[in-house]
Amino acid sequence: MSDLPPNLRESYLYDRTVIAEIQRAAREGLYDIRGFGAKRKLPHFDDLLFLGASISRYPLEGYRERCGTEVTLGTRFAKKPLELKIPVTIAGMSFGALSAPAKEALGRGATEVGTSTTTGDGGMTPEEREHSKTLVYQLLPSRYGMNPDDLRRADAIEVVVGQGAKPGGGGMLLGHKISDRVAAMRNLPKGIDQRSASRHPDWTGPDDLEIKIGELREITDWEKPIFVKVGATRTYYDVQLAVKAGADVIVVDGMQGGTAATQDVFIEHVGIPTLPAIPLAVQALQELGMHRQVQLIVSGGIRTGADVAKALALGADAVSIGVAALIAMGDNSPEHDAGYREIGSAAGYYDDYQAGRDPTGISTQDEELAARFDPELGGRRIANYLRVLTLEAQTLARACGKSHVHNLEPEDLVALTIEASLMTGVPLAGMRLGLLDEIAERVAARLADR
Amino acid sequence: MTTVNETAVEVVDLATTTLRELNQRLHDLAGGAPGSRHWRVLNPSGAHAIACGIDAEIEVEIEGHAGYYCAGMNKFATVRVHGNASTGLAENIMSGTVIVEGNASQSVAATGRGGLVVVNGDASARCGISMKGVDIVVRGSVGHMSAFMAQTGRLVVCGDAGDALGDSIYEARLYVRGRVAGLGADCIEKELRDEHVAELRELLARAGVDDADPSEFRRYGSARQLYTFKIDNVSAY
Repeated sequence: MSDLPPNLRESYLYDRTVIAEIQRAAREGLYDIRGFGAKRKLPHFDDLLFLGASISRYPLEGYRERCGTEVTLGTRFAKKPLELKIPVTIAGMSFGALSAPAKEALGRGATEVGTSTTTGDGGMTPEEREHSKTLVYQLLPSRYGMNPDDLRRADAIEVVVGQGAKPGGGGMLLGHKISDRVAAMRNLPKGIDQRSASRHPDWTGPDDLEIKIGELREITDWEKPIFVKVGATRTYYDVQLAVKAGADVIVVDGMQGGTAATQDVFIEHVGIPTLPAIPLAVQALQELGMHRQVQLIVSGGIRTGADVAKALALGADAVSIGVAALIAMGDNSPEHDAGYREIGSAAGYYDDYQAGRDPTGISTQDEELAARFDPELGGRRIANYLRVLTLEAQTLARACGKSHVHNLEPEDLVALTIEASLMTGVPLAGMRLGLLDEIAERVAARLADR
Repeated sequence: MTTVNETAVEVVDLATTTLRELNQRLHDLAGGAPGSRHWRVLNPSGAHAIACGIDAEIEVEIEGHAGYYCAGMNKFATVRVHGNASTGLAENIMSGTVIVEGNASQSVAATGRGGLVVVNGDASARCGISMKGVDIVVRGSVGHMSAFMAQTGRLVVCGDAGDALGDSIYEARLYVRGRVAGLGADCIEKELRDEHVAELRELLARAGVDDADPSEFRRYGSARQLYTFKIDNVSAY
């Protein structure tokens, strides 16, 4: 910008990214497909703050007084619930979208800190199973690679109804990522564009889902916790229906949740953000008397221990990370900037996971690129990052006087914006006590006068 | 409860035994564990998930109607339903044989990866949806959207097929003797060559269908025009 004369004014409506996209669409005649999550500014955890302890609340001593982080998932029906040491799990990402060493690294890192990782729309690889102490196996509409042996090998089963990046959309893996191994696992010809179905092939609606979950329990002898994952949309109703259908755990993925390949228009314009989805899910669970009986996992834009702590304070039992896990392993790292620039991107901007040319070797099936990625180092970075998220969440919880991160509550929070306040029910910082009640009374009085 | 007499027929009455107990006993036979190889299930009364998840070379006779997902994810077993079967019969079947004497509802053998599924009556919509290697033989007719996104395997229909047969099909092969109400996107009729007649004869014989002449069938499969997204095909999406 600095070399331009100051009288030039860029349009807010038609900024350079909008101009570039209109011209790309005109050139190519096809919608933009990309990875990553929503990039637009959305109400998020940054719009909330913790109050911390003072005279009316006692803090816990950092480093000296214990602040628990363990979480048990699947206590409702499963014989073998998951016992995790930290409330942060690794979200489902497919082998196909990610390279085999990247999947291995996720398993290694998660295992090191005692949490779970998740398969994706492509089945379970032996490397992933071997390196993941606790592995959640996804049942997706495509059912690529689905088989009863892997169901029994899994530690939990996640029925994927939707994901935050594309609620109502199916998976997508473009031809250049369909290598021999990926094609064989998916029973597809090599090199074709694979567009998974958006609906499950053998059930429709909540009553069918209940029967489907029953079948999965029968096949696995009622041992495994059954998760139901939904993209955040009509979250209140979806959560109630998932409970009714018999879920042990519900995963709600906000619209900031990542994807390996989806239309940009879908990523940016469908679903609701993670922030308002949590109170809707919690309300649905509380009304059914199922809050904490059916555990709630929240994902979509979890980056820091503050995000973790705020999600838990709003009522989640655990969170999941996807994009942040990739970044922890080196995605978008400045050390790869030259590689990114060679393919028309730059460190900090890269979102072309669909293209399979990832210079870090993470989101690719190119053997040469994948060989650049060291799964042991990647695993160590994942473990480090998960530890930092946990330590940060504990720090905040202790500051609020909580001996377990699950003791965080909405009362510990204030909102910085009216939007965040209305979305979460958390009071606006500094708002006079009783103001909302007064406003409500005045509105009611006005209406009564009419 | 497990018997060591492998030749005796084990009879389980679902009027007095829970589904859980039945399925657990069937699962306990996995890996060649000792137990009866021949089971009869009485009073199924449309229960869901009967005999799902079996991993053993056994025979299971279900004496009545079965609900959803009967014989789901079957491995090695032969499961015969002496009645009708509801949605998702033999879904994701891996191997073995599942036979229904009556009609079957939607999504027969959905995503099935191997084995053989035989419906002696009619099958409803989405028969063979997303099939991934299973063979399906239907003596009667199939409903709309059958073989939707069918990846591999063979679907044989001795009667008619409903609308949008083989929509978005990949490499599965479809054989229909009767009328096809309509083909789905990227599904076309293909020449029935000698090797197809031979394959069909073998499939019909395996399914116990002896009154259908393989040469009377027409073959359908993928035009392979939608394998890579092209804007010129936009009207098909």
